[in-house]
Amino acid sequence: MSESVFRPYSQSDAVRSDRSAGDRSRHREKVREAIRENIADVIAEEAIIGRSGDRVVKVPIRGIREYRFVFGENQPRVGTGDGDTETGDVVGKSGDGRAGDVGGPAGDQPGTDYYETDVSLEELTEIMFEDLELPEMDRKRLRELPTEVARKRKGYRRAGVRVHLDKRRTARSRIRRKLARGSPLPPDAEAFGIPASSPRDAGEGPRFPFHREDLTYRRTVHDVIPQSNAVVICIMDTSGSMDTMKKYLARSFFFLLYRFVLTRYQNVEVVFVAHHAEAREVSEEEFFHKGESGGTLISTGYRKALEIIHERYPPALWNVYAFHCSDGDNWTTDNEAALESAQELCQAANLFGYGEIKPLNSRRYGSSMLDVFQGLDEPNFQTVKIERKEDLWPGFKELLSKERVPAEET
Amino acid sequence: MATDWTIGELEEWDARIRRVAQDVGLVLRAQEFEICDRDQMLGYMAYTGMPAHYPHWSFGKRYEKLKTLHRHGVTGLPYEMVINSDPTLAYLMRDNTLCQQVLTMAHVYGHNDFFRNNGHFSRSRPELTVPRFKLRADRVRRYVEDPSIGAGRVEALLDHAHALSLNLRRNPDIRRLDRAEQEERALERARPRRRPHAEIHLPEETVEPDLTRVPLEPEEDLLPFIRDHNPYLAEWEKDLLTQVHEQAAYYLPQIETKIMNEGWATYWHHRILHALDLPQEIHMEFLVHHNQVISTQATSINPYQLGFVLWHDIRRRAAGEEGTAGKVDVGLVQEAGAEPLPGEEGLFKIREVDRDVSFLRRFLGEELMRELDLFEYEPKGKDLVATRISDPDEWSQVRETLLRRVGMGGVPAIRVVDADLGRSGALLLRHEHDGRDLDLEYAEKTLEHVHALWGRRVLLDTVLEDSPTRLSYEPDAGFAAE
Repeated sequence: MSESVFRPYSQSDAVRSDRSAGDRSRHREKVREAIRENIADVIAEEAIIGRSGDRVVKVPIRGIREYRFVFGENQPRVGTGDGDTETGDVVGKSGDGRAGDVGGPAGDQPGTDYYETDVSLEELTEIMFEDLELPEMDRKRLRELPTEVARKRKGYRRAGVRVHLDKRRTARSRIRRKLARGSPLPPDAEAFGIPASSPRDAGEGPRFPFHREDLTYRRTVHDVIPQSNAVVICIMDTSGSMDTMKKYLARSFFFLLYRFVLTRYQNVEVVFVAHHAEAREVSEEEFFHKGESGGTLISTGYRKALEIIHERYPPALWNVYAFHCSDGDNWTTDNEAALESAQELCQAANLFGYGEIKPLNSRRYGSSMLDVFQGLDEPNFQTVKIERKEDLWPGFKELLSKERVPAEET
Repeated sequence: MATDWTIGELEEWDARIRRVAQDVGLVLRAQEFEICDRDQMLGYMAYTGMPAHYPHWSFGKRYEKLKTLHRHGVTGLPYEMVINSDPTLAYLMRDNTLCQQVLTMAHVYGHNDFFRNNGHFSRSRPELTVPRFKLRADRVRRYVEDPSIGAGRVEALLDHAHALSLNLRRNPDIRRLDRAEQEERALERARPRRRPHAEIHLPEETVEPDLTRVPLEPEEDLLPFIRDHNPYLAEWEKDLLTQVHEQAAYYLPQIETKIMNEGWATYWHHRILHALDLPQEIHMEFLVHHNQVISTQATSINPYQLGFVLWHDIRRRAAGEEGTAGKVDVGLVQEAGAEPLPGEEGLFKIREVDRDVSFLRRFLGEELMRELDLFEYEPKGKDLVATRISDPDEWSQVRETLLRRVGMGGVPAIRVVDADLGRSGALLLRHEHDGRDLDLEYAEKTLEHVHALWGRRVLLDTVLEDSPTRLSYEPDAGFAAE
């Protein structure tokens, strides 16, 4: 038997030997795929806006289990007590994974594959939208609004205000002029009786003041950056028939829309309009949490939205995304008016979507706005029917496929 | 490098540990220690300790998981990571204290002895371990780089193969009969039994055995079977199935001897460190670490602790010592010295022949189980509730429950019954049901993997809630149970 060998630590080996990097990034990719598959669950949990991008959300991952033949969970197992375990004692909580397995080498036993991963909201958004592949949403098509962001320096000029005086350049300019003024002296100048001290010798010679022409000012210009603005107008039916489940679905949908628009524009504003028999602009909090009662006049919501658009978000300067969620239970007399104002809204907006939320297990009311909107023939109008949360993502994708390209750029 | 030790010191301690280890009777292979940092340790853990390993995302997943657990302080990094190779390779973490290093080295020598001398490792060819893993890694990488194959297909094939890798022959020491021998056995079985007074009975009807059947006898090695019987697999696919199978077979003895092996290493680090006559403060630190190693959790079995207590108890009983079985005075310094303790010589024989199931069956008795407070529990609603404790009436049932789960007992036994069911090319598997149902969701997804490798319909006979069930999977028809 030979002696043991000790191989010392080598920093460079350690740096070089990050061999798991490739496998980790592949795993990460799979996590992203899994997130995308579970997107409906994930977004339903998030408050719609006002969350900063670095907020970390917990995402349950189930897509990356490694399947094998394993025994079911409810088998008897053996544990180790602390000396006085009695029959009937509660010793733990189920769902702690497959406890009780006497494991082989790491990973060679079936084990628990559930775990949560931390993802920032920013990353989540990126993951969500990276597979959308929407050529229509190309940046160049966006309506841009010139915005003056700041003044920036650009060159120099002769006139200006005192604070912009560039002292160094001014001084240099004077020196240049002074040198130019002094007549060049031939090497043997003294032989001709010219005194050795010439204006060239600084300090001693006659005063040589700054001239107005020496003054150099920094030039500043207004920096015009084209900015893209977008406003998301969330219109929701808050009448008595909109229960919590419906609002939950609506909320998820608005969240997606808001997050998406946020990735495409620099300046995004959100407006919440709640309506039942009459409409008003409300805060986010009110929008999602305050139930109201009463009948439904959908046209009021659209009128209100139009009003807001004309007042604050002229379509020439803003990309307008309007979305309306309702359970379609409108007063029949209002249908005509609703259709008319929807048409108007389509003209003002890049995209106007209507989502009808009818959970499968909820009581159904006969009427559906989907039938009414059949009569609306606008290219940027889209209806989505949402029956359960699994419909959210496909519905959302479909919605985006209809965005209108702004007229002036087509 | 903020360590309280130098390589020179480690070498000195190593020489002392080795001397003690040999004096007490351990038979060792050459040993190599590599000093590594935390990240490297995580890397080694993710890749089961191997210096070279083929790439697959599941190892990335394992790495992230270990890292997360470590970061949240759920698990500390292990002091030891040993692989069964010759020379035996172990890692020492740079950040550990001198005491931890000494403890680790002593523990590693326990494993070293066990790997070398336990019979179940006899065919593991340790001198080839590292080169084989390296070779596998190279081959997989070559397939990945091959433009006609590519990373995507290699990954998919490895996904499928990993799903079945542990469904393999559990007793490689039993000689496998070849086809001719199997046919002979089948004919032998079909032959009418010789009975006394045969002349006064009606002759028994003989059923001609179907010798065209494939496989003739149920087959445990799933991956090699699929490799040999699916003609549509490409050579590289067959090769990968072989690689994954061989790798799983390499781990088999380690899975089967987890409790014995860890217990053995723990027993010997405990013995050796006591014999080393450590300075007071190092000795105190050692006791703290040792107690961490053998600490228990209610809902699981700690193989270090269970094995340690068992080995200790066996020695005491062999030496005829008085006192309650199983009471291990971990805090007490025994008489220091490198002499084998009374009763110790018997341990070496046991570590040669047993594996966890036989070890526990032979040596885990009622008294010791009570001492350890082993109990059986089941999920009831959201809680896990103790259903049986180690009392005179039920201790043996608690032990049976434990025995069924140790080693490969944690993996359902699945066998190939028919590779051409109804002459349709369908593959019929059978779960050898022992009272424990399969997890249906996992079974379903795993069948998809089987299908991906087999290419045709796959079926699985099992028992779900006491009724025989046949699960089947086909891409068009999807998943069905009847």
